[in-house]
Amino acid sequence: MAVEPHTVEHTARTLMDHLPVLQVLIPFCTGPIIVFLGSRRLAWPLAFVASALSLIVSLMLLWQVKDGGYIAYTLGGWEPPLGIEYRIDAANAFVLMLISLIGTITLPYALISVADEIKRRDHTLFYACWMLCFTGLLGMVATADAFNVFVFLEISSLSTYVLVAMGADRDRRALTAAYDYLIMGTIGATFFVIGLGMIYMATGTLNMADIADRLADQGANRTVRSGFAFVIVGMGLKIAMFPLHLWLPKAYVFAPSAVTVFLAATATKAAIYVMLRFTFSVYRPEFTYATNTLEMIFLPLAVIAMFSASFVAAFQTNFKRMLAYSSVAQIGYILLGVAILNETGLTAGIVHLFNHGITKALMFMGVGAFVLRAGGSFYAQIAGLGRQMPLTGAALVIGGLSLIGVPGTAGFISKWYLVQAAFERAPDNPMYLAIAVSVVLSSLLAVVYVWRAFEAMYLMAPATDIRAKEAPLLMLVPMWVLAIACIWFGIDTDLIAGAAAQAAAGLFEGSQGMLEMKGAVH
Amino acid sequence: MDTTTAIFAAMLMPLVALGGNMAFAHRENLRDGLTFASALGTFGFVLVILCNVGNGTTEAVTLLTVFPGIDIAFNVEPLGLLFAIVASGLWILTHIYGVGYMRGNNEKHHARFFACFAVAISSVMGIAFSSNMFTLFLFYEILTVSTYPLVAHKGTPEAIRGARTYLAILIGTSIALQLTAVIWTFVLTGTLDFTQGGILAGKATGWVVPVLLGLYAFGIGKAALMPFHKWLPAAMVAPTPVSALLHAVAVVKAGVFTMLKVGVYIFGIDFLAQTGASEWLMWLAAYSIIAASVVAMYQDNLKKRLAYSTISQLSYITLGMALASSAGALGGGLHIAMHAMGKITLFMCAGAIYVRYHKTEISDMVGLGRAMPITFIAFLIGALSIIGLPPLGGSWPKFLLMIGALDSGYIIIIAVLALSSLLNVAYLIPIVARAFFLPAPEGQPNTYGEAPLLVWLPPALTAAGCVILFFYAGVLQDFLAPIVTTGGYDAQ
Repeated sequence: MAVEPHTVEHTARTLMDHLPVLQVLIPFCTGPIIVFLGSRRLAWPLAFVASALSLIVSLMLLWQVKDGGYIAYTLGGWEPPLGIEYRIDAANAFVLMLISLIGTITLPYALISVADEIKRRDHTLFYACWMLCFTGLLGMVATADAFNVFVFLEISSLSTYVLVAMGADRDRRALTAAYDYLIMGTIGATFFVIGLGMIYMATGTLNMADIADRLADQGANRTVRSGFAFVIVGMGLKIAMFPLHLWLPKAYVFAPSAVTVFLAATATKAAIYVMLRFTFSVYRPEFTYATNTLEMIFLPLAVIAMFSASFVAAFQTNFKRMLAYSSVAQIGYILLGVAILNETGLTAGIVHLFNHGITKALMFMGVGAFVLRAGGSFYAQIAGLGRQMPLTGAALVIGGLSLIGVPGTAGFISKWYLVQAAFERAPDNPMYLAIAVSVVLSSLLAVVYVWRAFEAMYLMAPATDIRAKEAPLLMLVPMWVLAIACIWFGIDTDLIAGAAAQAAAGLFEGSQGMLEMKGAVH
Repeated sequence: MDTTTAIFAAMLMPLVALGGNMAFAHRENLRDGLTFASALGTFGFVLVILCNVGNGTTEAVTLLTVFPGIDIAFNVEPLGLLFAIVASGLWILTHIYGVGYMRGNNEKHHARFFACFAVAISSVMGIAFSSNMFTLFLFYEILTVSTYPLVAHKGTPEAIRGARTYLAILIGTSIALQLTAVIWTFVLTGTLDFTQGGILAGKATGWVVPVLLGLYAFGIGKAALMPFHKWLPAAMVAPTPVSALLHAVAVVKAGVFTMLKVGVYIFGIDFLAQTGASEWLMWLAAYSIIAASVVAMYQDNLKKRLAYSTISQLSYITLGMALASSAGALGGGLHIAMHAMGKITLFMCAGAIYVRYHKTEISDMVGLGRAMPITFIAFLIGALSIIGLPPLGGSWPKFLLMIGALDSGYIIIIAVLALSSLLNVAYLIPIVARAFFLPAPEGQPNTYGEAPLLVWLPPALTAAGCVILFFYAGVLQDFLAPIVTTGGYDAQ
């Protein structure tokens, strides 16, 4: 650990005070260092050390704010609204933790997977890009400056396009996938920045707390409303919110395995966080929901996503593509939780953000191991591999059960909160009974698509006579860490649900909460 | 040993068998011996719990808290204890039988088979000792998942199709309906603990009560209430030991056990009687009883016929709960033990015929009685117990159910029960009669030729058990009585 609390006391205190910026700065500096050193051997160790340090920092941050409160950090000592402010509360500390956790766990996995799928001469640049993507995602989440969100969004997006395109060594279609994503992602980012422009026009500030403050004073007008619409649509594209999800399946299928693991678990999640932050903190919930009736847009879209994407997933013949469509459906669950608009619902959304992150990362890792051994992820190619690679197979089974939401797995906890949230709103609006039922009914579709994969893995006759070897240890260990986490967080929900509930409470206080906090700063 | 330790030991013992099967997959005798020892151990610990009842505590032991208000917790109560005794006791016999069957039949993947079997038993113990609906639901799902590989065991397209139906219905109903019901109950009452007299009284009113009951009744797919019964005939593709213990005893009884628990401890018999919410369920159960019996008559595959018979018999227990009288609930509880003993006998006999002569269709079993006298006599005793004739155990639950029907004032239910008995006679007795009294066709051995000892002995023992249970039914009834002490009888 970088911090030495007992040797030089004031140094330690300073370092601790700098945690919010260190979170972003460590990977940010590591990327260029990897490029400048230009050493293939050093690239991976540097990236791993940086990720591990980020993880430690994020855990320390989460520890400080998990019971409420927040940490404000001004970059270079410049007070907002002039300077950029980083502000860590339970909501973003939680997402920071998820991102750095997945980043750290995926890197050991990437070592072998990348060596297999990407040309040797590109490895250094690959890890540099990876670090930049990591930086962008962390920065988007940590910052409290609206424009700074855009900057980090672009850092992460641009590096993601490159990472996806690196799948071209295995399959040329990765290039068109990356191109599609580039177009869609750029449109999304453009919408977002147009929205920011309108907000800036109406309020004259870019600091989120300041915006909230001024919006509360001036109330709704057309500029403010359009700004909100642009921000939501822009982020909706990055989230892959139905029907803005078309880039996602291709990008996930053709990206290198390790990149898919990382993106599936973090990229959409960071974007969801930004959307939550804008909907609940920058704009007041009453404002966004009563005036703009987001409830009428989010809720139906989420339900449609849950059913239609699951339905499409059930007909896929490629494991990776199936998981990609399943992701679109699962994002529907997260948004549904948000749209139910009570604290349990928001908790459900945030819990699912984490649980789905680890579950999907686990499943993509398992598929990646199959790709390593079988050369592809079509069901016909992975037939019988579950028996030949029992440890990979078993981890995938755990992931699949969690995806369905079988009790005893992490996915179940999310479903529970989601259904409970819907029932809580049922007494004043019977429509929510139907919502509760739709959650459980759509998880039946998950049973169908997960079981098709299981049957391919275990019951179909192998495609070739060559017996596949078990996945290498460096892939198995991350997989099993996540598999155990899937079960652990399905039984012991203290940490995740507790932090999520705190985050939800913080978000639900909305801009009012921000105003009070702001009062405390000055 | 205190009860708490014994509960956990009873749940962990089967996992010893799991470990043993995984570690010694290729050393048959060591592996099967270890499983046998762990079956004995499981039964032993359940008996320890039985001895402790009366002088021990029945307070819930919390393993851990999942979310505020929801624990994974266990306790001992009569219904669960009875279920645990039945399941763990019959596991010993079924294991002996299973070893004989799997070896005699040259089935493959023994280790995987017995390992999954052990996990299933462990989750049955969890179900039996759950002290709240959440814990029960958790183990209920583990039971479904762990029995899936057993149904798909043969790996043939037919087995895979059957297993798919099995899983689709059981997971489908439990997640879509039962989970909804559980969460709804939690939101309404703020607890899920099994409480004497129920927890919903005063919390749920009007249309919510029958709807919630419906979500439970159909959501507990393992109770095979029509129209969610198709999984049971589909599961008959599994090797016979699975059909015998799991699909006549452990899995289906887990279903009706859950049904009884929900009726007695979540809704409360009195609450059901007051609101009349369970009346529709009673009629549906009555329909299920008759309809499944009629379908059973037309099945030529012996195991399928027994499966439909099970569907019919399970509805007796659902009926007992839906009657909303204490005699009905007691009758239902008693039927868990009685039907288990009778039906496992029938299935083991069906397996014995298959091991020795590879016959699965009833029409091919003509004249087989002289070759397999022990098997067919055991079958006859089991059949008579299912029909409900004295001096066999199966007669008591029917008697109690009829009293329950009288208490609740539904005379017509008595007629339904009587008609069902007649139908049972019609589809079970001819099998034995044709085996003994019709001449064997050409080319079929007419001299004594039983299945291996390990295969015919267990059904002979369970047949004897059917007789013994007749005389000890009173003990069982007294043992179960506490589940309804606050209601029915005392109030009258």
